[in-house]
Amino acid sequence: MEEDAIKVSPTSTELAEATPSGPEPPWRRRPLEAYAELALEWLIRLCGVSAILFVFGIFFFVFREGAGMLFGKLDLLRFLFTKEWYPTSLSNVRYGVLALIIGTGSVTVLAMAIAVPFGLGAAIFVSEFCSGRVKETLKIVIELLAAIPSVVWGFIGISVMNPLIQELFDASIGLNVLNGALLLALMSVPIMVSIGEDALKAVPDSHREAALALGSTRWQTIYRVLLPSAKNGLLAAVLLGVGRAVGETMAVLMATGHSLNIPRSVLDPVRTLTATIAAELGEASVGSDHYQVLFVIGILLFTITFFVNLAADLVVKGIKKQ
Amino acid sequence: MSRLRLSLLCLSLATLSAAGCKKTQEAGAGQGLRIQDIGSDTMVNLAQAWAEAYAAVHPEVSVEVSGGGSGVGIAALINGTADIANASRQLEPAELERARQARREPIEHIVGFDGLAIYVHKNNPLEQISIEQLSQIYAENGKIDSWSELGVKVPGAKSDEIVRVSRQNNSGTYAYFREHVVGKKSDFKFGSLDMNGSKEVVELVGRTPGAIGYSGFGYATSAVKFLRVSKTKDGPGVLPSLQTVQDKSYPISRPMFMFTPPNPARHVTDYLSWITSGAGQKIVEATGYVPLSKG
Amino acid sequence: MTTFAETPFVRARKRNELFAKLVFGAMAALLVTPLLSIVAYLVIQGAPLLSLDFLVSNPSNGMRAGGIWSALLGTIYLVTLSLLIAAPIGVLAAVYLNEYAEDNWFTRVINLAVVNLAGVPSIVHALFGLGAFVLAAGIGRSVLAASLTLSIMTLPVIIASTKEALSSVPRAFREACWNVGATRWQTIRGIVLPNSVSGILTGVILQVSRSAGETAPVMFTGAIFFRPIPEGDPFAYSIFDQCMALSMHLFSVTTQVNGAPPALPYATAVVLLGTVLAVNATAIGLRVYLRSRKKW
Repeated sequence: MEEDAIKVSPTSTELAEATPSGPEPPWRRRPLEAYAELALEWLIRLCGVSAILFVFGIFFFVFREGAGMLFGKLDLLRFLFTKEWYPTSLSNVRYGVLALIIGTGSVTVLAMAIAVPFGLGAAIFVSEFCSGRVKETLKIVIELLAAIPSVVWGFIGISVMNPLIQELFDASIGLNVLNGALLLALMSVPIMVSIGEDALKAVPDSHREAALALGSTRWQTIYRVLLPSAKNGLLAAVLLGVGRAVGETMAVLMATGHSLNIPRSVLDPVRTLTATIAAELGEASVGSDHYQVLFVIGILLFTITFFVNLAADLVVKGIKKQ
Repeated sequence: MSRLRLSLLCLSLATLSAAGCKKTQEAGAGQGLRIQDIGSDTMVNLAQAWAEAYAAVHPEVSVEVSGGGSGVGIAALINGTADIANASRQLEPAELERARQARREPIEHIVGFDGLAIYVHKNNPLEQISIEQLSQIYAENGKIDSWSELGVKVPGAKSDEIVRVSRQNNSGTYAYFREHVVGKKSDFKFGSLDMNGSKEVVELVGRTPGAIGYSGFGYATSAVKFLRVSKTKDGPGVLPSLQTVQDKSYPISRPMFMFTPPNPARHVTDYLSWITSGAGQKIVEATGYVPLSKG
Repeated sequence: MTTFAETPFVRARKRNELFAKLVFGAMAALLVTPLLSIVAYLVIQGAPLLSLDFLVSNPSNGMRAGGIWSALLGTIYLVTLSLLIAAPIGVLAAVYLNEYAEDNWFTRVINLAVVNLAGVPSIVHALFGLGAFVLAAGIGRSVLAASLTLSIMTLPVIIASTKEALSSVPRAFREACWNVGATRWQTIRGIVLPNSVSGILTGVILQVSRSAGETAPVMFTGAIFFRPIPEGDPFAYSIFDQCMALSMHLFSVTTQVNGAPPALPYATAVVLLGTVLAVNATAIGLRVYLRSRKKW
């Protein structure tokens, strides 16, 4: 009951129930002002709905440009399950994105393998071991990390990581899965830290106190109490990180080597779905098959990230309901 | 209360009108003649150098250069958004057809030449390569995959495998290389590294001992070296240079084109004749390309 | 006073505790170091070229020399225009979601749409911008088309942060206002907005930093490789022109421009990164300051 009293963000239904008088309806007042206000309220409503319009708009326009191929000439099975991507061939045009999907997948998986432990570890550190100034500073630095533009990351990938990876891993080429994954990990960690920290903050202190009172160590508290009760939030954090990694463009375009390839090791170059669009869209003439297929790849990306984000959202919603 | 609302309304109006004002002001600021110059990434540096030098002699003309590729430029020329299309290749049949339909058959102007050099790492002992060998390295069914098949061992390379550096599949350089080296009806071998710019190709080859790549010879750095290219396996190899490209003894060189619509505006033709004049051609050489031979 | 002697058990626990702290601290430190080392490295490498002159002179000699003026101005245009479009829509949308919307399926759909809009990859935004603004709306590749694309991309950032700012205004404030007979809008304007303006501003500033760094969405909708503009003239671009942009300029000098001094891309990266981080730091500073001043 007490918790209700200090809740600061009521929904409007709650407000209406809580305050029987409610706000005064505008039409009781002078007509001109009332109309102005009514117009304004409609404007506000319109803006509120705009997000839906934009999502549909994106879907509609990307679909519209790609529809000709998607429902016509494109054999979807061959599109998804062959690896030959030769959109500009003079003799044998082939649109297969399997290698690109594997490219995106491999970079994303490796990025997550690096980012998840570090992101969640940092979230635990920030939430459980820090307080006051240190905590604020760390959070700010991590937030700044999130602000670095992806083209700058890509530049770092080419100019800093490339020679470094060649040197450290004895790789024949420094632009590869590992390079892209390291950049993506650094890029997606901030979102994981901030969502993960929120999830850990939501675990009631009484749980921690109970664990300590029972004599468990910090490790045990984290491993047995915090992680299980925050697991949905942490899952959402990971999913959002995945969404970011799949959709990232410039950094992977510059750092993964942009090579159609089925990687055999993390030191092989690959090419991703996003990078392919970025590299080829500029030169594909509007309306051509190649152009349309690039939009079909866009639809594919949109669909993947849509479901990843939807899943993350449902997971978050699940926590709120608890 | 109502005063507060008034002020808020004023504020929002002011923002809106400021935005509106900005638009009209900006539209008014861009007086003078404009040339939209769109196309080949290979030529973009050159086009930019021309634009810059021309701005110094004809400040009333503003030349706007953008890259994107030969295809982009030609498409823009056909749909009327470009005054000049830069291209490192001629029009493809499909493009020509579209241009005919739009009644905008482009006029071709050769503005210089580019020698496509074959780059390897500076420590690579290989000196010469034939077109046939290049094709075997790059083509889809090509047989050569390792340096030992070319009879060399590259010091510093992590493996014997040839790292093939190429360009993205719709650049003019890619199309030219495919047509004249790989084979008209062939495609590139799976797994090449397709870079976005000529500079990226050369930089990557310079950092990767086991790599081979192709790019305009003006992009050379101290970390790479040219291979002599021969037409046949045992033929004499030729290094790309101003001389060899101009006298056509270097086998992989290409003209660089600028296309204009059928009846270009006066300031566009003026610009083109300046480009082919001595002043314009001096810039070609300074940018690392090959000027039109005199006479 | 007697102190308890540490038993081996307690010592083991303390060791364990310290160890845990060290492990997690190292993980956090590993995330912090890149930021610092990257910034330091870029600045050192770019230092020879960094000067005020670099900012206010056009790229010259085939982009091998000179500065970044036209790219910097282009980015300012893109950011400003996208801000003018996105900020009002975003703030009003957040007002709707927080003050008007009822908790029903429709509102949930809107919230879901906002979340998904935030998750759409930037390259898909580019495809959308190209299909909708450049081609369908017939604006062509221009500052306007690129700004529209950017504004839709950054809209969710503004909506989310504004919503958070609005919901931090205590409900008692609103009730008090209604009880004296104010309408819903009067309450919003007189009480809710003034009390949350700091948070709203923070979100808007964050939008600025995000749109300044984006490359893919502007690459196909309005950014151009090179365009000389009069140096020092802040009105050099029209919104129907194409413009240069810092982010794309960095991409071009990294991948295409031949024979530039090695410091040039670094210096460009430093300016881009510096701008973005400075804007972000301003937002964060503002937030910290205003939070400390909050009275409830």
